[in-house]
Amino acid sequence: MSVDKRGITLYLHVHQPWRVRHYTVFDTAEAHDYFDEPDHHSDRNNRKIMEKVAAKSYRPMNALLEKLLHRYPDFRLSLSISGVFIEQALEWAPDVIESFQRLVATGRVEIVAETYYHSLAFFYSRDEFERQVELHRQKIREVFGVETRVFRNTELAYNDELAKWADKQGFDGILAEGWDPILEWRSPNYVYRPSGTERIRLLLKNYRLSDDLAFRFGNRDWSEYPLQADTYDHWMRDAFGHDSPLVNLFMDYETFGEHQWEDTGIFDFMEHFVATWLRDDTHTFYTVSEAIKSSEPAGDISMPDTVTWADTERDLTAWLGNAMQHEIMRHLYALEHDVLHSGDVGLIGDWRRLQTSDHVYYMCTKYFNDGDVHAYFSPYESPYEAFLNYMNALRDVRYRVLDYRRGDTHG
Amino acid sequence: MLGWELPPHNSGGLGVACYHMARAIASRGVSIDFVLPYTAHHPDTEFMTIHGATKLDPINRNGLLSAYTGEVWADHEDGDEDESDMTNIRGVQRRYVKYVDRLVRRGKRPDAIHAHDWLTMEAGIRAKQLTNAPLIVHVHATEFDRSGEERGNPIIHEIEYQGLMMADRIIAVSGITKGIIVHKYGIPADKVEVVHNAIDLASMGSYEYDRRTYRYLEDLKKEGYTVVGTVTRFTVQKGLTHLVRAAARASEKYDKLVFLFAGDGEQRDELIQLSAELGISDKIFFTGFVRGRQWRDAYNVSDVFVMSSVSEPFGLTALEAAHHNSALIISRQSGVGEVLQSILRYDFWDIDRLADQLVGIATSPALADSLRDDVRREYARLSWHDVAAKCERIYSAMKQGVPA
Repeated sequence: MSVDKRGITLYLHVHQPWRVRHYTVFDTAEAHDYFDEPDHHSDRNNRKIMEKVAAKSYRPMNALLEKLLHRYPDFRLSLSISGVFIEQALEWAPDVIESFQRLVATGRVEIVAETYYHSLAFFYSRDEFERQVELHRQKIREVFGVETRVFRNTELAYNDELAKWADKQGFDGILAEGWDPILEWRSPNYVYRPSGTERIRLLLKNYRLSDDLAFRFGNRDWSEYPLQADTYDHWMRDAFGHDSPLVNLFMDYETFGEHQWEDTGIFDFMEHFVATWLRDDTHTFYTVSEAIKSSEPAGDISMPDTVTWADTERDLTAWLGNAMQHEIMRHLYALEHDVLHSGDVGLIGDWRRLQTSDHVYYMCTKYFNDGDVHAYFSPYESPYEAFLNYMNALRDVRYRVLDYRRGDTHG
Repeated sequence: MLGWELPPHNSGGLGVACYHMARAIASRGVSIDFVLPYTAHHPDTEFMTIHGATKLDPINRNGLLSAYTGEVWADHEDGDEDESDMTNIRGVQRRYVKYVDRLVRRGKRPDAIHAHDWLTMEAGIRAKQLTNAPLIVHVHATEFDRSGEERGNPIIHEIEYQGLMMADRIIAVSGITKGIIVHKYGIPADKVEVVHNAIDLASMGSYEYDRRTYRYLEDLKKEGYTVVGTVTRFTVQKGLTHLVRAAARASEKYDKLVFLFAGDGEQRDELIQLSAELGISDKIFFTGFVRGRQWRDAYNVSDVFVMSSVSEPFGLTALEAAHHNSALIISRQSGVGEVLQSILRYDFWDIDRLADQLVGIATSPALADSLRDDVRREYARLSWHDVAAKCERIYSAMKQGVPA
């Protein structure tokens, strides 16, 4: 198999959760403002975080992307932007939304479909999951005027069942982690077909090259620090080998400026790397929709068990690994029928905001008591505090639900 | 090694810590002479030589005071006491100094002098003057801790200050204690090393929990109540009035909470009265002083253990509670919190926060279970052998630093 062009599929994930404020048992059944942390210095203050990350990441990175799109006709990328991010950015950094709109208007920036609330609903309620995908589709249409064609699930949580669902829904493609134990001898740098599907295509993250930027770039203990654009360009060429059509770089958007600060040189690196890569006529960039059409599938890939892009285990244990997380999910989705039945838009919205996967991530204890406290970033003092806080808010949701039930009986 | 008590004649954690530390240090081949202010039999102490500085009974060693108070002689002029007046703690201390003086003059020149807390500091200084051996002062508690939110005894402050100044090296049982030594006594931070205490699992032993000890509480548990326990001395240092207020606050939101206050002390009547004023007398159980089975079973019956201290240098009881399968809530002013992650923390005065945590644990089995299970994995890693290794390293470093 030979290909005319070698394309990098750059896909960046844009997201901010609605963090729950310090919310105690004395707030339950009294106050419903779960997401309004009054302390402006707290990392639970959503406005503060949005303003900070907008200044450090969204504004400078979008400016750079705009410049690169303007300068290089072959430069392309894809973005997934969660609904809860859009809500917060519209409120506190509307210029950031405008700059994303300018990127999309170039026609060379594709928006990827996902759940509006960045939730794990697929694993708990198929109906709610589908409603959130539809809400996201509508929001993207409303804000950017485009249709989504390729799907990614929260945390890149993927299995065969999800691929079949996306196939039936008419998506052209779906994204997943290119994890060695699944791929075995195969390379992530090809287009694949998910097992048991008809027309949908699968794109797999090249985690080595992605993580060189997302995790290792600014690490002074890394043997390759500081990474130069030329070096990365060589690694990229090696990854393509003789006949690979593409390399998929999937990562958090906030890699640029937030996870890797500006002083690591990440913005300059990106500018130089794009220039270096495109110097060769056979090199290009793909959007995710272009990527899946770049070549025929190299084969079928099956992932019966869920694979994510997190941790060395690449599973869901960061979100659903302990008793607290399971208890939260059980209580949360048990409320589904009653919450939706209330018809109360505010209540439904709050319940959905509580579904964002970050909330249970803050309760992860995987490495917590091994002394590696900083393995997981959290705005809470401990996983236990995160649970306590969240549970108080969730109980308030239940209280509001019961209020409607009582109303039903009496009225 | 200069100490004031050893089990079974101890009135608190100091004796327990000294015992396990000495045993672990001796197991590294270090020979220890341990000086006590009284004479008594101590089982399982063959690994060291114990010296009784007086012929007093253990219970009289402080002139009928415990090792933790010095208030009774505060209105005396210091220096009035005769060393023969053994009804007074200063008199006992003077005899202790004299004994140590004779011990080192008789030719027992130590390679290092390891003195525990203010009670033995003067003896440590004397031994250092006579032998030129390095003095290591081990701080388990300062007068600032013992006096809680009050000011404390100026004479004890002065003895502590001298001991800390004269020490060649200071060991603090936590970062909190190091902070007090540095900020309140003005000692340079690089002279103070933090060596956290540990817990000896073997000594906790295996025994059958006896459900009859706290039968009434066990019955309440069957009805869905959560038992919140604390095992401590009822002194201002322990912050128990805040705990009583938090109990009342939590009970406003959740009814099925009961509180076990195991221990005794000068604050007992105040606590009983406060709980009556707050209308929660039926929810708080005062055991009085507990030992043996009553003591162990107080941990066993408790689902949640609260360490409410205003200032707690370490807080071994929290580790004992973890061993007995309690979920831990520990004030930020307690040093043991520095070695544990799987706990809930609060500032000792923040009763709303504590109440929130109590209700949270009582109403969420997953939170309670996670805290219990996770902290069990943590505390078991704390070993006296690590403490002993650090002490021995300090001895060696000091020995090399001292001119021959």
